[in-house]
Amino acid sequence: MYVAVKGGERAIDAAHDWLAEQRRGDTDVPELGVAQIREQMTLAVNRVMAEGSLYDPDLAALAIKQSRGDLIEAIFLIRAYRTTLPRFGASRPLDTGAMDCIRRVSATFKDAPGGQVLGPTFDYTHRLLDFKLAAEGEDVPAAAEARDAAPARVPHITGFLGRDGLIEQDAAGDETPPDLTRAPLELPATRALRLQALARGDEGFLLGLAYSTQRGYARNHAFVGELRIGAVTVEMDIPELGFAVEIGEITLTECETVNQFTGSKTEPAQFTRGYGLSFGQTERKAIAVALVDRALRWKELGEDDQGAPAQDEEFVLSHADNIQATGFLEHIKLPHYVDFQSELELVRKLRAGADGAPEAAE
Amino acid sequence: MNNTSENVAAYNFAYLDEQTKRMIRRAILKGLAIPGYQVPFASREMPMPYGWGTGGVQLSAATLTPDDRLKVIDQGADDTTNAVSIRKFFEKTARIATTERTQEASVIQTRHRVPETPLTEDQILIYQVPIPEPLRFLEPSEVETRKMHELSEYGLMHVKLYEDIARHGHIATSYAYPVQVEGRYVMDPSPIPKFDNPKLSDCAAIQLFGAGREQRIYALPPHTRVVSLDFEDHPFDPSKADAPCALCGDTHSYLDEVITDDAGTRMFVCSDTDHCQTRRAAGHDKEDAA
Repeated sequence: MYVAVKGGERAIDAAHDWLAEQRRGDTDVPELGVAQIREQMTLAVNRVMAEGSLYDPDLAALAIKQSRGDLIEAIFLIRAYRTTLPRFGASRPLDTGAMDCIRRVSATFKDAPGGQVLGPTFDYTHRLLDFKLAAEGEDVPAAAEARDAAPARVPHITGFLGRDGLIEQDAAGDETPPDLTRAPLELPATRALRLQALARGDEGFLLGLAYSTQRGYARNHAFVGELRIGAVTVEMDIPELGFAVEIGEITLTECETVNQFTGSKTEPAQFTRGYGLSFGQTERKAIAVALVDRALRWKELGEDDQGAPAQDEEFVLSHADNIQATGFLEHIKLPHYVDFQSELELVRKLRAGADGAPEAAE
Repeated sequence: MNNTSENVAAYNFAYLDEQTKRMIRRAILKGLAIPGYQVPFASREMPMPYGWGTGGVQLSAATLTPDDRLKVIDQGADDTTNAVSIRKFFEKTARIATTERTQEASVIQTRHRVPETPLTEDQILIYQVPIPEPLRFLEPSEVETRKMHELSEYGLMHVKLYEDIARHGHIATSYAYPVQVEGRYVMDPSPIPKFDNPKLSDCAAIQLFGAGREQRIYALPPHTRVVSLDFEDHPFDPSKADAPCALCGDTHSYLDEVITDDAGTRMFVCSDTDHCQTRRAAGHDKEDAA
């Protein structure tokens, strides 16, 4: 008896109800509040803001709650919300030199004006499970001393190299960068557009690509010239007022790499730069972006195309977005019986041809 | 999507804001002016995943007016889960009327099929497209394939089809079978079975194709000549399962193969559910084919 695929609507409703129940979990356990996620899952919130391209910790926390902690799903919620927001203008360029740093380290100089500030980092923790956290009522030490040590405004490390002409100078430009979310990506892209795409690219994908450059697939000898995390103010020119107004403050992670460069046909021997900027405290992401950025600059610097994935702009930019990737990957769950049916018939036909007299290659 | 129902009032008619719709309409007009040419457009993130019809949904959103009547099909059927989901999305965000009858619909969004019932000048057929580039699997780079289209450099495609014939005796492409539009652009008809390809040509309705993730829109104005690529000695063959529909007896409609028991017994039924129901309502049954 043929059972039609009827009832899709009821099945969908029932699935959503079940999903809601599973999201909540055991009701004897208190429900997670959005504020708890925002305050205690900050690095997850930061990743969702960075890849969701929307700086709003409350919405990111809500998305994480709604997505049961699936961060790509949370990023998707944020992206879908973001597209409905009107774009009413652009801010002035952010001045990361005026950043209120909570962390600032350099791997190229032992000390520099402003000093090395570790900030709230996992770097030198021993990765031992802390069973005290599993018990109720944890005891949080006051971090006042560390916080007071953080410098207010420190110069960029790469600026010191620039004074001696040892590092390439990034030409200042006044042109408005294109907006990836408002115009289709056309290749080849400018560096500004590439960095924009990388800033919202998937952390895991970029980590893998950056790692591949370290292992020899377009190796570019990167040092972390400076990694800084902190708050910067966002200013916007208001035409009616005729001057810029502070509209808020956001936390950013900025990574500038200094890369060894022995010169090419077109450029003298000097250090070159890779750059990564990302919302929130997202340092793995910012470093990865800087390495991939540098790898993608081979043409401009007159380097050889080694055929490495990280050098292929079209490959990197077409596959870095996890919302595009996950959607297309998972769409193969959707019914394909029409296509499959036509394939079935084709295979039967080809097999019939192979069994009988071959009609190929007439 | 029940969790969004309360929030829907905050969204514009058919979800997208008017500026975005205007941008999409400009791309549609350009596509209609250059049939078969892939127009880049600034595809938006939609509240359903890429690969699940975001291109088609954006075209529908830009096309629908409050008086339209929408039909959504997936695999030829109105009641497959993703068709249900998309239809509900527009019922909520545009509050428009919907239908399962091909003849009653003014806008039809489809995935993988062209309705069996011939379309009219008052209708728009919107295809969901996963990979708009017919040359993609021969040349992975978009920069290269755009150049190939510019120069009408389609030799690679003919070589591929020829190699199929040399190896198998047939062209081994059964769906998403490439077509050429008015002797100019080679176009991907979306993953419809090649059985549906002839319906694209000289169709009275406007046909729009949307690829959200790939940010491309293309179009066929009414009565455009669309030819499936072939060779004189190996003409195009729009094949289907050689059986009548087990429910309505039609011998000319595209069939799904359904496995009905653990022993693997099979039956063939119309993939176009509206077509099948209409025929049965008119008194046809499986005895017709006999």
